[in-house]
Amino acid sequence: MAPVAPRSGDAVFASVDRVNSELFTLTYGAIVRQLLTDLEEVQEVNNQLDQMGYNMGVRLVDEFLAKSNVSRCVDFKETAEVIAKVGFKMFLGVTASVGNWDAEGTTCSIILDDNPLVDFVELPDTCQGLYYCNILSGVIRGALEMVSMKTEVTWMRDMLRGDDAFELQVKLLKQVPEEYPYKDDE
Amino acid sequence: MGREVAESCLETLLTEIVSSYCNGVYATKPELAARRIEAIGFQVGHQLSERYTMDRPRFSDHLEAIKFLCKDFWSELFKKQIDNLKTNHRGTFVLQDNRFRWLSHMSIDPSVDTSASIQDPATMAENKAAQAVGMHLYFPCGIIRGALSNLGIQCAVSADISSFPTCSFVVRIKA
Repeated sequence: MAPVAPRSGDAVFASVDRVNSELFTLTYGAIVRQLLTDLEEVQEVNNQLDQMGYNMGVRLVDEFLAKSNVSRCVDFKETAEVIAKVGFKMFLGVTASVGNWDAEGTTCSIILDDNPLVDFVELPDTCQGLYYCNILSGVIRGALEMVSMKTEVTWMRDMLRGDDAFELQVKLLKQVPEEYPYKDDE
Repeated sequence: MGREVAESCLETLLTEIVSSYCNGVYATKPELAARRIEAIGFQVGHQLSERYTMDRPRFSDHLEAIKFLCKDFWSELFKKQIDNLKTNHRGTFVLQDNRFRWLSHMSIDPSVDTSASIQDPATMAENKAAQAVGMHLYFPCGIIRGALSNLGIQCAVSADISSFPTCSFVVRIKA
């Protein structure tokens, strides 16, 4: 059987079950607000959002692999492109771009101009230090860890802090070779 | 059609709300975890109801507001209406969804008694499975309470899944 061709982000997004984004955006906002009330430090809220995102990424990557027909990426460059063009589109309905590669090809930025998480959001001055969208960095880290890539994800730009885009720096720390618990010829 | 996101984003997010509140600092205090999850739902319901009623005249009575919740509001959230609405005409309404979307991916052990009303999470603490499902119901209960509160109706909301996958939300309006 011929391998199935990978699908474009638009095609995958069109094929998955979708919900009205207001519900998602307002739910996320309500969580951030509740966490700010319950946890004392803004940094703890950042950590909690990152952890929640990580757990989500671990599970969302299965759906991604099942529905996108994306085949194994040859290198980290391709991985980043697939996250930006297929991953973001499939889940959030927006497309991101990739840029700012370092010379080794292990660090790049994923840049979002349009981010449904921040529709209706304005941060008060009391939330300085909050990475409102920190769940996104967790999702990327969690999903990549499931496909054997240890990464560090850091916010470089944030529109809620007055920047002109959202920019997440993704740094590949280590690629864990896959080990099978068996050998074919045994 | 307005902007959309994948349903799995919302689903995994809701699962994370429940697990982060139930396994974190509130691990030994399910009542407190439940109250937080309900509060998140309340906030969402309040805001959504504000948005969805912007261009409408005021509702003339409780029944009109409840009908709005069953039809328009529910359709925005779940792309379907509430299947059955009952009332005792004394301030109690039962909203029945025959296939409640947010429980559709959950498996419930039929031998486990889940009929206990989620109003009392303390009694469910002994039964982990029932508790886990019950915890997922605080969010939608909070949404309903928040939506009605925005329409000027103070009420208490509980959920009953004794005939799963049917979920009945019981709204008791405070006199």
